[in-house]
Amino acid sequence: MSQKPYHDDPQCHDFQKGAKRALDDVGLQAQLARTLKDGFQKKRAKAKARLPEYDALRDRARDIKAHTLENLDAYLERFEAEVIKAGGQVHWARDGEHACDIILDICTSVGAKTVTKGKSMLTEEIGLNTHLMKHGVEPVETDLGEYIIQLRDEPPSHIIAPAFHISKEQVADTFREHHPHLNAARDLSEPTSLLTEARSELRAKFIAADVGITGANVLVAETGSALIVTNEGNGDLTQSLPPVHIAVSSIEKVVPTLDDADTILRLLARTATGQDMTVYTTFFTGTKRSGDRDGPDQFHLVLLDNGRSELLGGPLHDVLSCIRCGACINHCPIFSVVSGHAYGWVYPGPIGSVLTPHFVGVEEAHLLPNACTMCGRCEEVCPVHIPLPDLLRTWRGRAFDAGKPGGLQGLGLKIWAALAKRPALYRLALRPVVALMRALGKKRGAFKWFVGAEGWTRTRDLPTPQGGTFQDRYKGGER
Amino acid sequence: MSTARSEIMGRLKAVLDKSHNPTVRLSTADQRIKDLPPALIPERGRADGPARTAKFVDEAEFAVAEVVKLTTLSQVPKALIKVLADAGTSKLKATPHGDLQTLDWSGIDVAFGRGEGSDLVGLSVAYAGVAETGTLVLRSAANSPTTLNFLPDVHVVVLHSALIEANYEAVWARLRSEGKGLPRTVNWITGPSRTADIEQTILLGAHGPRKLIILLIDEDS
Repeated sequence: MSQKPYHDDPQCHDFQKGAKRALDDVGLQAQLARTLKDGFQKKRAKAKARLPEYDALRDRARDIKAHTLENLDAYLERFEAEVIKAGGQVHWARDGEHACDIILDICTSVGAKTVTKGKSMLTEEIGLNTHLMKHGVEPVETDLGEYIIQLRDEPPSHIIAPAFHISKEQVADTFREHHPHLNAARDLSEPTSLLTEARSELRAKFIAADVGITGANVLVAETGSALIVTNEGNGDLTQSLPPVHIAVSSIEKVVPTLDDADTILRLLARTATGQDMTVYTTFFTGTKRSGDRDGPDQFHLVLLDNGRSELLGGPLHDVLSCIRCGACINHCPIFSVVSGHAYGWVYPGPIGSVLTPHFVGVEEAHLLPNACTMCGRCEEVCPVHIPLPDLLRTWRGRAFDAGKPGGLQGLGLKIWAALAKRPALYRLALRPVVALMRALGKKRGAFKWFVGAEGWTRTRDLPTPQGGTFQDRYKGGER
Repeated sequence: MSTARSEIMGRLKAVLDKSHNPTVRLSTADQRIKDLPPALIPERGRADGPARTAKFVDEAEFAVAEVVKLTTLSQVPKALIKVLADAGTSKLKATPHGDLQTLDWSGIDVAFGRGEGSDLVGLSVAYAGVAETGTLVLRSAANSPTTLNFLPDVHVVVLHSALIEANYEAVWARLRSEGKGLPRTVNWITGPSRTADIEQTILLGAHGPRKLIILLIDEDS
């Protein structure tokens, strides 16, 4: 089941429906098991084992991020000045709509018809493709995964592997539908033939594009450089072939120096894909220089806020350190069965459950921070030590304050809270329930169904209590 | 100054001013950029002497690059003959680097310039190598066009072993010491182009080169 891109139309309120859909999808479940447990998790563990200093580097990266955020305005000022010195322009964008307008204006000013795009989650966040298309500019995604989901008109299901939920057979069908000029009898049964086809289709687009748009993983204040990491080389062609390069980044991506960027890079690929370094790490600074035979004549850096400045110094401050490696997603037991689309917006998994309520509102996204077992693996694998469970708990509190959850669940919690505040009443109320459950469930040792517990028993048995209430047994000396 | 800029900066300053005054923040940032506090360099990024070259080769091969060892630059055309034959072409697009232009290219149809979509084999010259991860560093310049690093099917890169640094920081130090700021593009290249976007199967040659061949010129060996 696919889903339409949703930047303007979040589907977070439907998390349960999306989760159910994913759980019922046998193909997707196999894909998840293979990609996450046998793929990303093992690869990260191996890369970490090859680098004994991995944990020490995490501390360094956390400290670099913390230091930069403490002096963020100063580093951004320096960064901006250096970009300008190198011939580039910096555009400050207060929100997604503003950023889209800025980018469209640049495209219009050079009469752009098509733009190639390197992979950028930020452009998903701001809904750039829809905006460009609405105004007659054709965006072409060039990352293979992004290209596949663009053709299928789907949102990404993962921040670093946007099409991991799609099988090669589905890719073949998509290519047949969207490449009608090619021989219908061609063999597309193998991933290599799919790749060859995408490569040759996109090669022409790269060369024809009027503008190239990329993201930026890190901004360097020292030199006004930005960098991207890719394995395919698509982001690199995107920024070296067209006469205009627009990089979209956000204010929290800046670090002080090139050496600080190295520390982030020593962690990024290892944590994300288990590579010691991505194939292509490209640092770009301003426009092409006199004598250069390629590179853009115009360089624009769009610096997006979109609510990030409101996080600074607040309870969610630490999320600003995120380097978007995807490790928390890859290790999340919830993501590993519900996949990305269930989260209903751009960023899935633990990081998404922290970011999404901020972007789309707690009313829409209150289910996301609750879709968490508090197992803590996300924090354990985070390369910059973001306390994701604490941040999720913050959102749970806010959701509760906003009157979420409502309905029966809210009533249940209120009754429970009223009882819990009155220990004598609590004991009194619980004793007969436990006794009744023991009597009824004695024979089997568990219930297949119990009144009011359908949410639990639908997927597993409810064990029969083994003695009296906890309080009674504790009082009776059991330890 | 744009209003968005002053709005965003205003929000940042309102929070940051609570801990430090703005002048202190500016001087802290300036000082840190000037001081360059030493990064944590892992053991694998500290190899020296012949061990450094050996580490580079190991790591480059681990990243699926091919390494061909030569002893002088003049052996480069000969090494290319086999590469071109394997790629089924006699045409070579080479970077317009002075060192390459003076070589004896007889038997090879060589053109010097930027990369083009139809190039099958491209030849570049590396600015540096990084032993830590077997990474090549190429920088854009009149004699080093970036497109040549990405468009050819087979990318061949000349690297002098004396230019191999132990870690990335040493390459930045070299660039800083030249005092010209950063060029438009610095490419770190670690192995050939690849993708795992179809069912997480790793396939080489996504948009960039399917093959990366490093011609390592080790004058001491």
